[in-house]
Amino acid sequence: MNETAPRQRTVISAESKPAMPRYIKMRHDAGRDRWIILAPERLFDPDPIAVEVLKLCDGARTVGEIAEHLAKEYNAPREDIEADIVTMLQDLADKGVVKA
Amino acid sequence: MNETAPEKHVKESTVTMDAGEMRCDASSAPSPDPSCVIRAPIGLLAELTHRCPLQCPYCSNPLELEKVNTELTTEEWQKVMRQAAQLGILQVHLSGGEPTARRDLEEIITTASEAGLYTNLITAAVLLKRDRLEKLKECGLDHVQISIQDIDTAAENADRIGGYKGGSAKKKEVAGWVRELGMPLTINAPIHRHNIHNVEAIIDYAVSLGAGRVEVAHVQYYAWALKNRASLMPTREAFMEAARIVERKREELKGIIVIDAVVPDYYAKFPKPCMGGWGKGIINITPSGRVLPCHAAESITQLEFDNVKDRPLADIWLNGDAFNKYRGTSWMKEPCRTCPRREVDYGGCRCQAFALTGDAANTDPACSLSPMHEEWAKVADVESHLASPAFIYRRPGGASPKPAPAKTPEPSDA
Repeated sequence: MNETAPRQRTVISAESKPAMPRYIKMRHDAGRDRWIILAPERLFDPDPIAVEVLKLCDGARTVGEIAEHLAKEYNAPREDIEADIVTMLQDLADKGVVKA
Repeated sequence: MNETAPEKHVKESTVTMDAGEMRCDASSAPSPDPSCVIRAPIGLLAELTHRCPLQCPYCSNPLELEKVNTELTTEEWQKVMRQAAQLGILQVHLSGGEPTARRDLEEIITTASEAGLYTNLITAAVLLKRDRLEKLKECGLDHVQISIQDIDTAAENADRIGGYKGGSAKKKEVAGWVRELGMPLTINAPIHRHNIHNVEAIIDYAVSLGAGRVEVAHVQYYAWALKNRASLMPTREAFMEAARIVERKREELKGIIVIDAVVPDYYAKFPKPCMGGWGKGIINITPSGRVLPCHAAESITQLEFDNVKDRPLADIWLNGDAFNKYRGTSWMKEPCRTCPRREVDYGGCRCQAFALTGDAANTDPACSLSPMHEEWAKVADVESHLASPAFIYRRPGGASPKPAPAKTPEPSDA
């Protein structure tokens, strides 16, 4: 929106507070019985883990907090989950699906 | 295009539309034999009108432009939007001609949005005013794609290509409004002989405009572009250089802008999977309501097309003759029928096969296995090294110009 400063890549870390912009729409596609992410001339096909993570990306929680939440929920090592989420969100940030 | 690692949690498919090609790499739910399984379409290209203030010589509209008095009414387009959503379509590309030439665009977008469709406006932008854009956003418009002909500092060249004075400056202004309103912006840049030297500057310009995506869309040589091929075809060297630039910029601008590139098939290794497969994921509807498997399909003169005024969209998609004619692989002849790539590229483009061989079921001459391939490939090399003839501008009746009055652009002898 304010394009005076040079545009920079969003780098996702444990401290990032990711969120999907308004114009990115994740919804359940009833006809195909799956979740989809609608983006400008793009369609993304998230698996159940991605859906879970993205639902928690509200711009307030940090990646670390999301990892902790999921670690408890699934009784899995927090570090593994965090690394997995960072990779996934970085990829989505590079495609403009997630901002932080 | 984008590689997808198997362990990824989010797979990507593309429903993009540019100057001459629509890609639909529906990577999800692979079906072993597409000829047995008809899936719901995911994208609708709605050509709301063929009216357009620009006259780009590579326009993907047919040479015979549909007249304003044949256009669907507001109610008819609204019905199309509801039927499309019911059929499973996820994204609608509101295109033309120039879609903003329709005064009822607001109503069409509202209905599309209420039906749950993701709405893309594909516009030349020169007719837009700020308050109208704001209104379109309120109606539910999700994304704006603006075409440019060249960079702002080459405005004269841009305006010459589009045949519209002041167009370049106006597009820049509208792009600014799109971002001010917080809407995502794509810049579509059709690339050809008259701007290919500026590919890097065009990408940088898109960044400066605040675009999240830029389409480096090499012109696809059908319809008006085929008519103007001798004027537009870049040399192979220029194309290769542009391809290297795109690769480098993708690395440099990772996370800042997504760069999509459409390759001209004259310089590609394999034919492109036309529409991601005929009748597989995309529907095109013309201003008068004719339902096509691709925007150029009317050039295949033996095909008959249904109209949304006569038949429900789902019925046309599932049972329409034009959709079933080249759906799947069972229609194929050799060498396509037994080719290991038959479900990768579907034998290329049916329209190109028809235009050059007289039979749309033949292999696209873009394929090296086509007996016509060498002859076809030579054309690009020869034409791109000759002086560029004057443009045949896209305008009603412009494709078969009568002896022209002195002031209009000279027709070439094509």
